[in-house]
Amino acid sequence: MNMTTFTSKKFLVPWLTSLILLVLLATAPLYISSYNIILVAAIVMYIILTVSWAFFSGPTGYISLATAAFFGVGIYTTAVLGKALPLLAVIAAGGLVSFVLALIVGAITLRLRGIYFAIFTFGLVELIKHVLLFWEITVTGTRGRFVVLVDNITIYYVVFGIFVLLLLTAYLIRRSKFGLAMQSIGDNEEAAAHTGVNVTMVKILTFAVSAFFIGAVGGIMATRWTYVDPYVAFNPLFSFLPVLMAIFGGLGQFYGPIIGAAIFAYLEELLLTKFPYYYMLIFGIILVVVILYLPDGLIGLMQRLRQRWQKGGLTGKHANT
Amino acid sequence: MLIGRIFDILVAGLLMGGIYSLIAMGLSLQYGVARVLNIAHGEFIMLGAILTWTVYTAFGINPLVALAICGPITFILGFIIYRTMFTKLRTSSPSPAVFEANSMLAAFGLYFIIENIALIIWGSQMRGYSYLNVGVNFLGTVFAANRLVALISALVIGVIFYIILIRTRLGKAIRAAAEDSTTAGLMGVNINQVLALCFGFGALLAGFAGVLVSMCYPIYATMGLEYTLIAIIVVVLGGLGSIPGSFIGGFILGLIGSIVSSWQPSLAIAAYYVLFMLLLLVRPSGIFGK
Repeated sequence: MNMTTFTSKKFLVPWLTSLILLVLLATAPLYISSYNIILVAAIVMYIILTVSWAFFSGPTGYISLATAAFFGVGIYTTAVLGKALPLLAVIAAGGLVSFVLALIVGAITLRLRGIYFAIFTFGLVELIKHVLLFWEITVTGTRGRFVVLVDNITIYYVVFGIFVLLLLTAYLIRRSKFGLAMQSIGDNEEAAAHTGVNVTMVKILTFAVSAFFIGAVGGIMATRWTYVDPYVAFNPLFSFLPVLMAIFGGLGQFYGPIIGAAIFAYLEELLLTKFPYYYMLIFGIILVVVILYLPDGLIGLMQRLRQRWQKGGLTGKHANT
Repeated sequence: MLIGRIFDILVAGLLMGGIYSLIAMGLSLQYGVARVLNIAHGEFIMLGAILTWTVYTAFGINPLVALAICGPITFILGFIIYRTMFTKLRTSSPSPAVFEANSMLAAFGLYFIIENIALIIWGSQMRGYSYLNVGVNFLGTVFAANRLVALISALVIGVIFYIILIRTRLGKAIRAAAEDSTTAGLMGVNINQVLALCFGFGALLAGFAGVLVSMCYPIYATMGLEYTLIAIIVVVLGGLGSIPGSFIGGFILGLIGSIVSSWQPSLAIAAYYVLFMLLLLVRPSGIFGK
């Protein structure tokens, strides 16, 4: 095999696979039933949450637990504006409110040490939930809200649209000067600052862009529920699942979080219907096992296995595992 | 009349603060010394509370005696968890920062595991028992006797613990590990053992706090997380790694909670977060931090 076919193959294969997968996803409603299409939409939703999370936390190393906050903000935006504006405008509004919230939170907190940032962002979810509860009980005197209903196919296509937009954004940013600046912050923040990268600015903007997509997907998924209240909208599980899915897949590669989220989201649907009582227990066990034994995720595991297999092949010995 | 009301609020704050102090001292050992931001801390409190309820309703064992049952159970549990899970994570992590992040995520997993095992065993309903539920005249205001017992027990446990930390050889090793665990290891401190003991002591204090909580407040399997968040806020308030800071911080937070509750009970938790956020912005090292 000469060098040119090797490189072209290396670049062509991922492109072709992604293209085929995208076409399959785009045409999914043609051959998947209306019930199952919501399942696919939920899986794509988790992929969006995970990729958005990894988009910020992967390169910078800051663990954000604010995903549930942005997701909930998107849900509530839809609940409030749903009847007043067309669907796409409502979803864009959900994204924008999240974007602005992330700008404010980022400006305040991204100077903090990593672990404080994690606690702070987790506190944010609880703070918004409690303030909303207080507001609903004392000011509006209501509890929860009804959401406009949208048919399954529309939900699916909006989620798919957000997904494509996210992939494009992530891809373009990665290839831009901005993406390089982000990478340099992850490698060594001080060195990045010394070479003239506006570290705080890059971190805040990345955080806000990732929040936009989380808010937008919250906005559309809200229409799946007929009724939302602060407990439903600001469920802290939505902060942890993306972290787990991303680590499960592997943070080292761009497609790691996508694979992790796809597999895990499917497992979740399976476990939730089969073992509703043991679901969270299994979730906790997987979290601990992945952190202890799979620090590089599935991708890392696959690479290790492949290396071992190649080594075995070269020396003529088979690895005995 | 106004003075009487202010006095009521102050006493309520102190009574709550005793339990907060105990909870925070436990987390301070786990995070300040063993470097594990133990999100599952509240689960040990829940275990202490729910075990006390079980032995009280099943065998009629006095909650103060239950201290001697629940404490050792949570201590052993904490010690084993550190020796198996966190020691492995600590030795395999390339840097302390990576260990902090990974151990926090592992602790989240632990939180889901313990809470859901408790849900499977005890179910999700609220429980409670009546122990010393009689009014006592305390400095001019009337309070349930059980709260007073809880406050006194918390003070006694806190002081005993502080003396152990200051006066004994083990206490010295713990303080050295809090200062710099690598150097302490080089000076002949068996660091894995000491850190595991710290984590175990943290769980022990949480178990004790759980017993005291069960005397005065409702008990349910998902009660833990709220106490974990309170503990984190108090630890940051008092200053990382400062045991006296956590002790005093607990009373400060108890007072703030009772002041806000007297005005608007549903805002107490929100007030804690606002305080926490302000603190992180203005003085992240805490009141007693360096």
